[in-house]
Amino acid sequence: MTTAPTDTTLLAVRDLRTWFHTFSGTVKAVNGVSFDIGKGEVMGLVGESGGGKSVVGFSILGLIDSPGRIMGGQILLDGEDLAQASEDRLRQIRGREISMVFQDPMTSLNPLHTVGQQMDEVLRLHTDLDAADRRTACIEMLESVGISRAADRLGAYPHQFSGGMRQRVVIAIAMLARPRLIIADEPTTALDVTIQSQILKLMRRQIADKGASMILITHDLAVVSEMADHITVLYCGKVVERGRTRDLIETPAHPYTRGLIDSIPDPANRHARLKQIPGTVPDIRNLPKGCNFRDRCPRAQALCAEEEPELRPQNAAQWAACHYPLMPGDSA
Amino acid sequence: MTDAIPMLEVRDLEMHFSIGGGVFDRLRLDRRGLRIDRPVVHAVNGVSFRIQRGQIMALVGESGCGKSTVAKTIARIYQPTKGEIRIEGEDVAHYGFAEMLPVRSKMQMIFQDPYASLNPRQRVRDIVAEPLLQQMKTAADRKDVPARTEQLLAKVGLNAEHAGRYPHQFSGGQRQRIGIARALSVMPGLIIADEPVSALDVSIQAQILNLMMDLRDEFGLSYLFISHDLSVVQHIADTVGVMYLGFMVETAPRDVLFARPRHPYTRALLSAAPSIKAKRDTEEITLKGEVPSALSLPSGCCFRTRCPFAWDRCAAERPALRDLGDGQSVACHLVDEPHRDTV
Repeated sequence: MTTAPTDTTLLAVRDLRTWFHTFSGTVKAVNGVSFDIGKGEVMGLVGESGGGKSVVGFSILGLIDSPGRIMGGQILLDGEDLAQASEDRLRQIRGREISMVFQDPMTSLNPLHTVGQQMDEVLRLHTDLDAADRRTACIEMLESVGISRAADRLGAYPHQFSGGMRQRVVIAIAMLARPRLIIADEPTTALDVTIQSQILKLMRRQIADKGASMILITHDLAVVSEMADHITVLYCGKVVERGRTRDLIETPAHPYTRGLIDSIPDPANRHARLKQIPGTVPDIRNLPKGCNFRDRCPRAQALCAEEEPELRPQNAAQWAACHYPLMPGDSA
Repeated sequence: MTDAIPMLEVRDLEMHFSIGGGVFDRLRLDRRGLRIDRPVVHAVNGVSFRIQRGQIMALVGESGCGKSTVAKTIARIYQPTKGEIRIEGEDVAHYGFAEMLPVRSKMQMIFQDPYASLNPRQRVRDIVAEPLLQQMKTAADRKDVPARTEQLLAKVGLNAEHAGRYPHQFSGGQRQRIGIARALSVMPGLIIADEPVSALDVSIQAQILNLMMDLRDEFGLSYLFISHDLSVVQHIADTVGVMYLGFMVETAPRDVLFARPRHPYTRALLSAAPSIKAKRDTEEITLKGEVPSALSLPSGCCFRTRCPFAWDRCAAERPALRDLGDGQSVACHLVDEPHRDTV
């Protein structure tokens, strides 16, 4: 897991810790998260609400506001540590090297500016194209995300677009400066299922065409399994499992991953009760000693209450943080 | 079973909303002079279905298809424009508030957002007891209410010590349990559940679905289950109705619908749903564009603007819902002209 980043690695996150110091205690929202993303790869970052997945995304872009702070760790983009970068440098990187697609297309566009102005801004800040070239680039990009009459639509305001169209605009803005990494935080959660499939196809094509990498943050295992090359599962601010998509879905090693997969209704097994993960996510200000998942885990034993499990390799391409990991063929 | 009076029967339900503000907002000047527009949102356009006792009917569709409006109209949060709503045979479509009160002991609702649907200033015991107190007018009846409240909380997996707390002290899943206890309090036969699990994390979602299934088995409840999540619907429903733009485009028993969807929209919906299974044996129908506005419905078939098969007949004639056997009904002209079913 802590192997050195190779040439094909675009982003290497090492032992990232982002904490929020609140009056009611320190929230260790991200507490020792490590992963690598290769060039052209899509990584899924999965977990339930409160798992820390969005905070990972915000940390990479340096968008953590007080009372939050990055307490330690490295965020290496091609070897450059963004956790140590100045605000000026981060501003150059945002939108240029790394861009972000947010969940809610209603709130991530400025309602007072036209779509054209918001697109133009990215190019003005990050390229030295002149106004005419910028306009051409904007039109081309809008067309490539499937918006017809793009030249006319540049003058339109966000409220004149539907939800799906707005998310296309957000993706167009994110892709405009040809960033190397796109962080998409629940990009389709607010959309209907037929629109979701359009947007996912669009994102996959854009990533492939431009050779960019992507972190796809979502709670939806089904979406991630169709999009991602590999998956990292977070629970209470820690990585509990990571591995290649098919391995992780078909032979999950961590009981939490297994629980998430089993919670999805299986059409082949109807009328059976759904397998549920008992209990709820513990209060992150007051985590139990030992493994964070032990109170909800069907495999927990005495050791789990004593010692926190480390992320250990299960096989060549799968890591899990569990004292008693599931083997292929084990029942939960 | 089919001869018995259904728990819920809805016939030709229509719900239109006038919008556009006051007279001066709607004033328009065109070639023929001044006129006052009457813009109407056609939210529900002639929907019919029935739910037998102990059955679960799911309504699926995308946002704006009218599925929540159907739910709220049946719960009589709205006054329907037209149609019949029969609760155990009794048409309540045009009942006033006082007439509805006894009906509400047969029909309760569970809402999507467990944060917004509980009064933050009420303790859990008061929230759960409120529908019960509405139904019980004498002090003698009311004396049992506290004990009953505790039983209800136990039924949904909460305990007596929770009764004195306020909603903000609970997680989303626990709040949804409180909402379910409230709905159960008057022992209704029908529960209308509008996206009851879509605001919850997937592991909690499974807990709530299991709870709802258990309660159905224990009390013989009927559910009208509104959801956009097909995997949830496939798990819980006995029959499924697919809505588009306020029309019911297909209804069928669950197994029939998922095995042999007939309407192009249903087929598109099923093929668009992401799945964790590696292989997909469903056909791939990709829809272009988005749902048209319910302010001005397309002529003919509601789905023709996005349908890959649409031809001139679809613009001229609105297809009626027709029975195809096996309990499956479809509103599509392709049934008459199956040779056109090729992209």
